[in-house]
Amino acid sequence: MTVITRTSTKPAAIIKDASMAKQKDMMSRHYERLANVPETGEKVAATFVPGNLNELLMCFDFANNLPEVNAIQSGLRKQSGAYIMEAEKIGHSEDVCTYVKSDIGMMAKGGIGPNGRKLPDPDVLLLSYTGCFTFMKWFELLRQQYRCETIMFHTPYMADGKVTKDMVRYMVKQLTQDVIPKLERVSGIKFDIDRLREYLRKSARAEDDLVWVLQSAKTKPSPIDAYFGGIYYIGPIFGAFRGTDDAIDYYRFLREEVEERVAQGKGPVTPDGDMGKERYRLVVEGPPNYTHFRQFWKMFYDEGAVVVASSYTKVGGTYDFGFRHDPDHPLESLAEYCLNVYTNRNLPMRVDMLENYMNEYEADGLLINSIKSCNSFSAGQLLIMREVEKRTGKPAAFIETDLVDPRYFSAANIKNRLESYFQMIEQKRAGVRAAA
Amino acid sequence: MLDVPQSATAGIVRYCEDLFRDLNFESARAWKAAEPGRKVIGYMPYYIPREIIHAAGALPLGILGGGDQLEVIHGDAYYQSYICRIPRSTIELGVTGRLDFVDGMLFPSICDVIRNLSGMWKLMFPGVGSRYVDLPQNFEDDVGGVFYQSELNEIRHWLAGITGRPISDSAIRASIVLFNESRRLVREVYALRVEQPWNVPASELYLLMRAGLVLPVEEHNQLVRDYMASVREQQRPIKDNSRVVVSGAFCEQPPLSLIKAIELSGCYIVDDDFMLINRWEKSDIAVDGDPVANLAYAFLHDSNSTPPKYEPDLARKGLYLVESVRKNQAEGVIFAMASFCDPALLDRPILQDILKQHGVPQIAFKFAENSGQMQPIREQAGTFSDSIKLWSGT
Repeated sequence: MTVITRTSTKPAAIIKDASMAKQKDMMSRHYERLANVPETGEKVAATFVPGNLNELLMCFDFANNLPEVNAIQSGLRKQSGAYIMEAEKIGHSEDVCTYVKSDIGMMAKGGIGPNGRKLPDPDVLLLSYTGCFTFMKWFELLRQQYRCETIMFHTPYMADGKVTKDMVRYMVKQLTQDVIPKLERVSGIKFDIDRLREYLRKSARAEDDLVWVLQSAKTKPSPIDAYFGGIYYIGPIFGAFRGTDDAIDYYRFLREEVEERVAQGKGPVTPDGDMGKERYRLVVEGPPNYTHFRQFWKMFYDEGAVVVASSYTKVGGTYDFGFRHDPDHPLESLAEYCLNVYTNRNLPMRVDMLENYMNEYEADGLLINSIKSCNSFSAGQLLIMREVEKRTGKPAAFIETDLVDPRYFSAANIKNRLESYFQMIEQKRAGVRAAA
Repeated sequence: MLDVPQSATAGIVRYCEDLFRDLNFESARAWKAAEPGRKVIGYMPYYIPREIIHAAGALPLGILGGGDQLEVIHGDAYYQSYICRIPRSTIELGVTGRLDFVDGMLFPSICDVIRNLSGMWKLMFPGVGSRYVDLPQNFEDDVGGVFYQSELNEIRHWLAGITGRPISDSAIRASIVLFNESRRLVREVYALRVEQPWNVPASELYLLMRAGLVLPVEEHNQLVRDYMASVREQQRPIKDNSRVVVSGAFCEQPPLSLIKAIELSGCYIVDDDFMLINRWEKSDIAVDGDPVANLAYAFLHDSNSTPPKYEPDLARKGLYLVESVRKNQAEGVIFAMASFCDPALLDRPILQDILKQHGVPQIAFKFAENSGQMQPIREQAGTFSDSIKLWSGT
C-alpha cells in the first residue's frame, strides 16, 4: 500500500503511505474549492483549528478557510520566511506570532494559496478562539483588512481542570444568540439542527478511527510516528473535513493501513521509506517546525527515534480521552469540543496528560519542542519538563524552534541536542540495567 | 508601617516611592499582622474585582513583577528568552519567599503567559490558593454577563474558603461604595494632571497609583486627597512641553526611570494605561440591588478599552485612544510596550493606523521592566516632542 510520488521541488523520491497520498489529494481538492469560489459563488468562512466548528459551518454551506493551515502550507513550501519579513516591514513586531505574520504577509503579497491560485476573501470571520489569545488579535487584524462580519465565540479556560455547566451554558448561549443568527444572515441559509446532527454523527465515526490509529503507537514497534506522521493524520479532521464522508473514508482507510503494519510488525513509514529498528520511544510536547519539516523528522528516524504520543495532535481535539461529537446534544457537544482542546487545559492537566502518555505508551523520554511564536504552548514548558521528569524518572530534553519562521531553526544545534539526548536515554537504560 | 509625612507633596511622593521600592511588601505584611486572621490576596494586571476581596475582609495586593530592582535568578530558569519579564520576576518573588504571606493569588485573563502562570502557581505553590479569572469577551448581559456573574460568585466562594466566612451582599455593597470613591478620586487626580501637567508630573502620579495597589483602599483614598490638596497649594514652573498619551504598558510596567525619561525629554504625559485597575470602571458602579450583577454590568458596559479586551464593534476599534487624545488635549501618542507582549504588540499596527487616519502623531518603542538604558528613549521621545512643536501646525 505504499506509493512513491515525486514533487517538482524535491529531487529525491519522497515515500508516502497511500493514506498520505489520499490526504494530500483531499487537501488539494480543498484548496481548489477555495480558489474556485469566484466562479462557484460559495461563501467563505475563516476560522481556527482549535475550536474549529466545521460541522456548524457546513450547515450554512460555507467553505472553511483556516489561516493556520495556510501558514503551515507556506512554511512547508519555504514561503513563510518572506511573508513574515513582509509583515514586519509593514509594522508588525518581530516579537509576535509568526503564524499571524505569515498570514498577513501572504495577504500583502496577493493572497496566493499553496496551489498557486488566489485564496478568496472571507465573508465571515468566525473568531472561535480556544486556548490562545493571539487568535483574537489575529482576527481583529484581519477584520481591519476585510471589514467583514466577525463573530466572537469565547471559550472559557479549563483553569480548574473541569468543564462546568456554567461554561457550557455560556457557550451554547453564544451559539444560539449570536453565532448562529449571524451565520444565517451572512449565508442566507436557515439553521437546521438535524443537518448539524448528521454531520456530528459522521464526525464521531471518523474520530473513532483516528483514536484507534493514534493509540496503535502503544504497540511495539509503533506502526506510526504520532508527531511527524501524526500531523498528516490530523489534517482532515482538524481542518475542513470533520463531519464529511471524505473524513470517514480517510480514517477507515488509514486504520486499515495501520492495522496491516501492526500485523506485519512494521514501524512507521518515513519520507525515506520504512523506518529501521525502533530504538527510542518518545513523547513530544509542542508544535513542530514546518519550514524544515523533513530535515527535522530525519533527525529522529535516522537515530531510530519514533514519537509514540504528542500533545500537538490534540490541539484540535482530545478525542483519545473519550470525547466524541454527540448528535444527541449538538450545541453542547460543540461547546465541550472547544473546551477540551489541549491548549485550553491548565498546566497541571497538561502535566498529567504527558505523564500518562509516558506511562501508557512506554516511552523512554519526553522531548519538548518549544516554539518561539506560541506562548500558549510555550509559557510554562520548562516547568512541565521538570514535573514530568520528576514523576516518571525518565529523561526529558528541551529544544527551541519556530512554527514557520526559518530564522529560528538552527539545524546543527538541534541535531547536537537530540544526539546528546539519545545518549542520555542510553545512559539511563544502562543505569537501570546495572541496578537490576 | 512606613511613616507618612503629611501635607507636603514631596513627603507623599517619598512615601509612595518607598512602597514602590519595597519588594518585601512590608506594608501589606504589617496590615496582615495587625489583626489575627487577616488575609492578603495577590492579583496580577490588568483588572480584578477588588470589591469582593475587600468585602471578604482581605487586602487586595497588586503584584506587578519585580521592576528594575529585582535580580531574577530562579525566574529565568522557568522561561525561554522570548517570553516577557513580568512572569519570570513574579516567579522570582514567589520562589524567594517575598510572597510567603499571600494567602491567595488571582490571575486575570490578560494573555496566554499570565494564564499559564496561573497553572504554574498551582504546581509550584500548592499551599497557596490560586485562581484564574476568566473575563467574558461577550458583552451581552444575558450571555457574557450571566457567565461573569457565575465567575464572580465562584471567586466569592473561593475567597470565603480562604477567610473562613461567607461574604454578604451588604459587605460587597459597602466595598463598592469605597471603590467608587477611589475611582472618583483617581479620575479627579488624572483630570488635575490634564489641567496642570506641570504640577502633577507623571512620575509622581505613577507612584501615587502604584501605592493604590498595595495600600488598603481607605488609606489610599486619603493619600490621593492629601496629594491633590498639597499639589493645589503649589505652583511649579510651566515648561514648553508637548502633551502626549502613553499607551501599551497595561501589564508589565516600565521602569520609573523610563517615565521620567519621557518627561525629561520634553513631554507632559496627560493620559496613560499604566494601572488601569485604579480606574477600570469609567463611572460609579451601582450600589443598590444585586452587587454581583452590578459588578458584572459595569465590566460589560462601563469599563475602559485595552488590547486584551475584545472590541465587538469594528467602528469603535481603537477609538478610545483618539478620544483620549481629544479629551486630554494631547498632541501625540507614545506606544510604550513591553517586549514580547502579545496583546499590545499585535494591536499596535491597528492602533497606529487608526491614529494615522485621525492625524494623530505617534511613535513606538519597547521596554522591559528592567530596561536600564534610557538615553535612546529620551532621544526618541525628545525628537518626537520637538517634531510636534515644530510641525504639528503645518
